Amino acid sequence: MRQQSMHFAARVGDRLADVKLQANLKKAKGKFVDMRAAAVREFDADAAACAAAAGRDDAVTFAALRDAGAAIRSKVIDDLDLWLEIFEAKAKASGATVLWARNGEEVCAHTIEIARRHGISKAIKSKSMLSEEADLNAALSAAGVQPVETDLGEYILQIAGNEPPSHIIAPVIHKTLDEVADLFAREHGKPRKTDIPALTREAREALRAHFLSAGMGISGGNFLIAETGGVALVTNEGNGRMVTTLPNVHVVITGIEKILPTLEDLATLLRLLPRSATGQTISNYVSLLTGTKGAADPDGPEHLYFILVDNGRSSLLEDDFRAMLRCIRCGACMNHCPVYQTIGGHAYGWVYPGPMGSVLTPLFTGIERALDLPQASTLCNQCGSVCPVKIPLPQLLRTLRERQVTRQLRPRSERFGLKVWAWLAQRPALYARAASYFARYLGWLAGGEDRIRVFALAPQWTAGRDLPAPQGKTFRERWAAERGR
Amino acid sequence: MRVALFVTCLVDLMRPSIGFATARLLEEAGCELVVPETQTCCGQPAYSSGNRAAARQLAKKVIGEFAGFDYVVAPSGSCAEHIRNAYPLLLADEADWLPRAQELAARTFELTDFLVNVLHVDKVPGRFAGSVTYHDSCSGLRGLGIREQPRALLAQVPGLELREMAGAEECCGFGGAFSVKFGELSAAIAARKCGNLRASGADAVVGGDLGCLLNIEGRLRREGDLKTRVLHVAEVLAGVDGDGEAPHAGGAN
Repeated sequence: MRQQSMHFAARVGDRLADVKLQANLKKAKGKFVDMRAAAVREFDADAAACAAAAGRDDAVTFAALRDAGAAIRSKVIDDLDLWLEIFEAKAKASGATVLWARNGEEVCAHTIEIARRHGISKAIKSKSMLSEEADLNAALSAAGVQPVETDLGEYILQIAGNEPPSHIIAPVIHKTLDEVADLFAREHGKPRKTDIPALTREAREALRAHFLSAGMGISGGNFLIAETGGVALVTNEGNGRMVTTLPNVHVVITGIEKILPTLEDLATLLRLLPRSATGQTISNYVSLLTGTKGAADPDGPEHLYFILVDNGRSSLLEDDFRAMLRCIRCGACMNHCPVYQTIGGHAYGWVYPGPMGSVLTPLFTGIERALDLPQASTLCNQCGSVCPVKIPLPQLLRTLRERQVTRQLRPRSERFGLKVWAWLAQRPALYARAASYFARYLGWLAGGEDRIRVFALAPQWTAGRDLPAPQGKTFRERWAAERGR
Repeated sequence: MRVALFVTCLVDLMRPSIGFATARLLEEAGCELVVPETQTCCGQPAYSSGNRAAARQLAKKVIGEFAGFDYVVAPSGSCAEHIRNAYPLLLADEADWLPRAQELAARTFELTDFLVNVLHVDKVPGRFAGSVTYHDSCSGLRGLGIREQPRALLAQVPGLELREMAGAEECCGFGGAFSVKFGELSAAIAARKCGNLRASGADAVVGGDLGCLLNIEGRLRREGDLKTRVLHVAEVLAGVDGDGEAPHAGGAN
């Protein structure tokens, strides 16, 4: 995916002015945030009731579940190489082929090579953010393999001219029903309709032929299970099952960090993921796919490939950012982020939006290529407090800001301003005098009013709000005058 | 009990009445109040902007000037959170300083937390005729667990009716330097907060952090709302506001 993260600040204005987008974001925010909150409340109430029925007072709350999820993911990341070797051995034993990809180009090369080996000209895909990282669809098309997205949201984006997704689990959240109705009427050549089930039916009819004619299915993977060598898929649409069982070849493309030691661990993470993502107790489909089609199996792929992708992940194993590898891609951080809620996902300019994207994008693509993203956060920690695996996202964003400072990537004016301020703050007498002058200067700017409407020193502040005027003298001036010394 | 007031750089500069209100609350509750003269800033702006060296220097300065008091109290969840949670992290690799940072962290409190959980205050001097809605500031709420404390204290103010707004715990969009780096975005987030607080129908919005309050007040006024009052919780509890009078519910005098 072509990266445009450098243009974040410039794109904010367009997003704020986009009336349709703003309406969609408002609706989505209510849905995701309220549904997660309700799911957590229900979980805690159930846990309390269960404990009470058993005469215990140690209910396993959602908070405790998050601790458990974080612990499992940390354990895996601490010995990632070990778990990957176990997974590889188990997967091979079950008949699968395990391939490794250092970067997006290698993902594309492996996939094209598999397609060539099996003489495939069409691949059906279920949702995979990694294929966005690798820009796989473009590479497949160029190699003569037609990629067909079958997740409804991704399908809409594909027929809309290969638009990028704006959310990791709700890719088309930026579009209105009317936009989709127009798009379907135009692309399917059928009468325009706005009834959602009817639109869905129309998409299913269009996709059915692709499902039946494709030689290869490409899916992502929510979790790789080391003890079985299989993959777990968590979806709300039946397309995932079709993609992974109908064609003769199934290719799973996923990040090396997506591993879990055991099915028991999967059970814990499955209690966290849907509740955090959509507020569901469980998703409509949970598929555990292990090995190739056996002699007694009625269906399933005869060839199963895992492409396990690094693409920057192993560089996060250093201590400062290791926690980020715990991420299970639920989207709760973006759903709860005031910045994401205000501008949507496209402004972030690469595959992953929201707080997790603001951490991953600079780390995966280069700090200097996404300078705005770590700054574009109020550090409110609404993200960290809902993260199912307790990633300290504000802390990671702050550490990225430190890296920017260390590498002298901040604007000269900011560096100078901070230097002067820090120098003054170390010199109390001077600072007190400066504060006193500054308060008077602000009062003068307010010109007798209770507010400043245009503040030349920080014009961005007064672009969308006034600056309340100071009361007059500083606290310490008044305190000294009233209480003496 | 000797209590040092960490007045915060923003209150010092913009709204001294919050400092006086805090002083009144602490003194009426029986504290011997001291205002260390050399205080400037806790260093959070440096920390948040990635300037770790400056943040460490200021942390050491604060640790030095606030040594020897029983408690340190700030009318800000944000500054108190920084001292409590960030100082020990910032100085984790300096054996001389870490114990001092931890020791300061342990006796530093946000004002309402201190009044409720240390002083167990059950009577406050303020009066307020009207309704207020409470905005939870992020650092205090998620960093220090301050949610019930201000509400419990506001419930003690005669005449005050608390009306909760939707999304009270959501960020107002201030975020320190964020508010001037991404002004439009910050103001758009503030606009959402203003919509929520207006929908509550309250006469005033009350909060525990001046940064958020300046952001909210600035946005309200820009939207043409000259009526909704924006007050620090200390001002309401102490019955002191900018005019040196009891805070009132009505708009411009």
